[in-house]
Amino acid sequence: MLAYLARRVLYTLPILLGVSLVCFALVHIAPGDPLSSVLPPDASADLQRQLRTLYGFDRSYPEQFAIWIGRALQGDLGASIASGRPVATEVMRAVVNTLRLAVLATAIGFFLGGLFGFVAGYFRNSVVDKLASMLAVLGVSVPHYWLGMVLVIVFSSQLGWLPATGAGPGGSSDWAWDWAHVQHMVLPAVTMSVIPMGIVARTVRALVADILSQDFITGLKAKGLTGFGVFRHVVKNAAPTALAVMGLQLGYLLGGSILIETVFSWPGTGFLLNSAIFQRDLPLLQGTILVLALFFVVLNVVVDVIQSLLDPRVQRS
Amino acid sequence: MSTLSIPATLHEDRGGPGQPLLTVRDLSKGFSVKGGLFGRGAGRVRAVDRVSFDVLKGETLGVVGESGCGKSTTARVLMGLLDGDAGEILFDGEGVGSRALPLRAYRRQVQMVFQDSYSSLNPRLTVEASIAFGPGVHGVPKREAIARARSLLARVGLEPARFADRYPHELSGGQRQRVNIARALALEPRLVILDEAVSALDKSVEAQVLNLLLDLKEEFGLTYVFISHDLNVVRFISDRVMVMYLGQVAEIGETEALFERPRHPYTAALLSSMPSLDPDARTMEAPLAGDPPSPIDPPPGCRFHTRCTFAEEVCSAREPALFEMSAKHRAACLMLPPGSGHSRAPATPEAAHV
Amino acid sequence: MSAALEGSPALPVPAAAPSQATGYWTSVWRRLRRDPVAMGAAIVLLLFVLAAILAPYIAPADPYRSSMLRRLRPIGTAGYPLGTDELGRDMLSRLIFGARYSLLMGITPVALAFGIGGTIGIVAGFAGGRVNTAMMRTIDIFYAFPSVLLAVALSGALGAGFGNALLSLTIVFIPPIARIAESVTTQVRSRDYVEAARASGAGALTLLRVHVLGNVLGPIFVYSTSLISVSMILASGLSFLGLGVRPPEPEWGLMLNTLRTAIYVQPWVAALPGLMIFIVSISFNLLSDGLRSAMDVKQ
Repeated sequence: MLAYLARRVLYTLPILLGVSLVCFALVHIAPGDPLSSVLPPDASADLQRQLRTLYGFDRSYPEQFAIWIGRALQGDLGASIASGRPVATEVMRAVVNTLRLAVLATAIGFFLGGLFGFVAGYFRNSVVDKLASMLAVLGVSVPHYWLGMVLVIVFSSQLGWLPATGAGPGGSSDWAWDWAHVQHMVLPAVTMSVIPMGIVARTVRALVADILSQDFITGLKAKGLTGFGVFRHVVKNAAPTALAVMGLQLGYLLGGSILIETVFSWPGTGFLLNSAIFQRDLPLLQGTILVLALFFVVLNVVVDVIQSLLDPRVQRS
Repeated sequence: MSTLSIPATLHEDRGGPGQPLLTVRDLSKGFSVKGGLFGRGAGRVRAVDRVSFDVLKGETLGVVGESGCGKSTTARVLMGLLDGDAGEILFDGEGVGSRALPLRAYRRQVQMVFQDSYSSLNPRLTVEASIAFGPGVHGVPKREAIARARSLLARVGLEPARFADRYPHELSGGQRQRVNIARALALEPRLVILDEAVSALDKSVEAQVLNLLLDLKEEFGLTYVFISHDLNVVRFISDRVMVMYLGQVAEIGETEALFERPRHPYTAALLSSMPSLDPDARTMEAPLAGDPPSPIDPPPGCRFHTRCTFAEEVCSAREPALFEMSAKHRAACLMLPPGSGHSRAPATPEAAHV
Repeated sequence: MSAALEGSPALPVPAAAPSQATGYWTSVWRRLRRDPVAMGAAIVLLLFVLAAILAPYIAPADPYRSSMLRRLRPIGTAGYPLGTDELGRDMLSRLIFGARYSLLMGITPVALAFGIGGTIGIVAGFAGGRVNTAMMRTIDIFYAFPSVLLAVALSGALGAGFGNALLSLTIVFIPPIARIAESVTTQVRSRDYVEAARASGAGALTLLRVHVLGNVLGPIFVYSTSLISVSMILASGLSFLGLGVRPPEPEWGLMLNTLRTAIYVQPWVAALPGLMIFIVSISFNLLSDGLRSAMDVKQ
């Protein structure tokens, strides 16, 4: 068990390094001078040189990478070119907002997806199953940013029940779990939950159908186990995989929230990325991507480890 | 079948009938097993461990043993599908891979029929194309290769007009195995290795295929290495039998001698586990108990001592070599050579030949 | 039938003339044709493709001609069956022309990634050993990014534009396709028929061409088709963010973005481009599902 954990963590190190390298390279695949957005058009050659040295762009790539990684390990992701503020501070503030949204969305998606999937798997090939399967296909096919717009049209513009955009009074800095704020989360979270819902439903359906067809369930039924007992066994056997899928989906949502945050003007990482891209603020872009990607990788490991604790079979694969 | 463009010299008998067609000396093959912190170092399975035997011209050598005893690995090394770690393979007196017998030339003369008749045929190729593939590789023109495929189909009992254009999924298991046999024969090999070739077939189909194999052997002058876990089948088809245990040869000898009077306790145990329909022949001996020990860490001394009824202290200390009871019958057990230290071993060399 | 004396081996086969022997793809097509959902999806897609190809002939108006006087007309306006956009351009015409961009941006990255990722995966799977490990570990690095994030990061760094968006999406889809290709190839490589062919002395290239490719391309292809829907959504998403096609081009994602401000005025007109993406995306998914089950031949 310990050997498995150690191996899993060790195996992640080169991935982390590779991910950092890709993030580092982002700045350098960008066409044009990374300083062009901060430099006044009439900047003197001297000023250009000074700024270049200041941001370290005058060194060789390996040197820049080493310095960048070294600083990143200490929590220093450089300064935003546009705002001059530390990238790490800006990213962390945004991550908290995105995380809030993503966790709620994952919870909704997992609950609904699990419910649909379970019912579909339990009553396989029934009308309910067909309906749930159709819902799952719809869930993975819908352009979620468009779904967000449609929800805004229906619930904000037509019915006027919920606010369309923003994070509530005082913006993100003034967050509280009261209705004035939470009502702003409803539409984006529901929109976002559609992504994990379809996938969770598919997974749970397959799991439940598979478990029900196994010999030990037949054996339990033969022993006189009924209704709730069978249900309990199915849940116990399907839970580790379903939870693993949920964990991974949370990671996807963190990284994939950019479109939904744009629709709802939610002040999270998506919003940050958007402004970084349009102000060509490459350090900010780089830092945001790095944090999100690292979060995703680490989440993967955590999910694997938890899953292997819950289900010893996982280690073997 | 007589229209062959493969040079006849390659298939010529070199050493005369007295020379074994295949000579295997001290062949070893191991696999590393994953595990541990860095996915290595957990150990090495010695799947085949210093195995030596001959296959005589025109005979059928049966190879038996429990799963994991190294039968199939031996077959794959003989086929050149796996590289042996150590040891020598001579084909009609020439070292395989030597200048006189390059691997490619060797491969034409040795072919194999696999157990799983479905997975051993490419699902995207017609039966005819599968059979004609080998000759095509060796430069036989397409038309000729197809003609040969069709004549072989007829020979294995599948009417070419009906079967040549079929795909594997349209055939039954027995029919597919006939195709596999035709495919193996398409290169006109001298040695055919049959790795559990009839094990997956129904009993009635199995009998038909076995008879076909016997006919083909006679017609084309073939030599067979017949690997199976089914002792009845091996007894029926083999001239000699080799028993393997944990990667080593336990006993080798002529079929009747070995079946009538097994000299290795493992062979005896295997035979006694054979189901018999004759109530008088029902076994009273304890059958082979438990699973064989792990080949990663085989027991010291005689590998069978952990399951052997006759095991004594010496068995875990000394590794028995193959002992020659007669020119044609050998077994690796410390009860056989005189003075081995085992209480059942004969005291004098004369007493060994009982 | 020289072996007939052992009992006819050909007994259990239903009477079949050689001409009835069916190839794999023929039987896949026959099964697919009997799947009403997949065929429905295929017809919908065919209509969109036809609309894209014939756009200049079937569009009722010039998709670029704007008019300040006719801005944001509702669906059903005379002369503008689907209304007009925020610059007074005919929505129906813009949606028809938009099919060109959206289909192209959905399919091209997957097609390119199929070629590149498929090659990488097949080579890695066929080579095995260290080559495989080295190649797949590199692929794993890109796999460690959520796909939306990677697409946005690459397009964001490369800058907006049709070509850059295609390039980013291609890079996004290479890792998953390479992974599938590698695992399918590794499986096929260990099949007995590949061993048997190797035993008859065939070289690596012959093995690859005759025995491996034919058996791995199908599954890789099906998997790739299931990515087209994702690619459509992502491509339009990039345009929606302003990272793809630039105005005034009629691309569905971009149209959705520019009409966003109009949702309080003409909500249903504003939602139309997204509906198109949804319809095409779901059709690709249903067709891909149908293809998958049609190809899932039980022996």
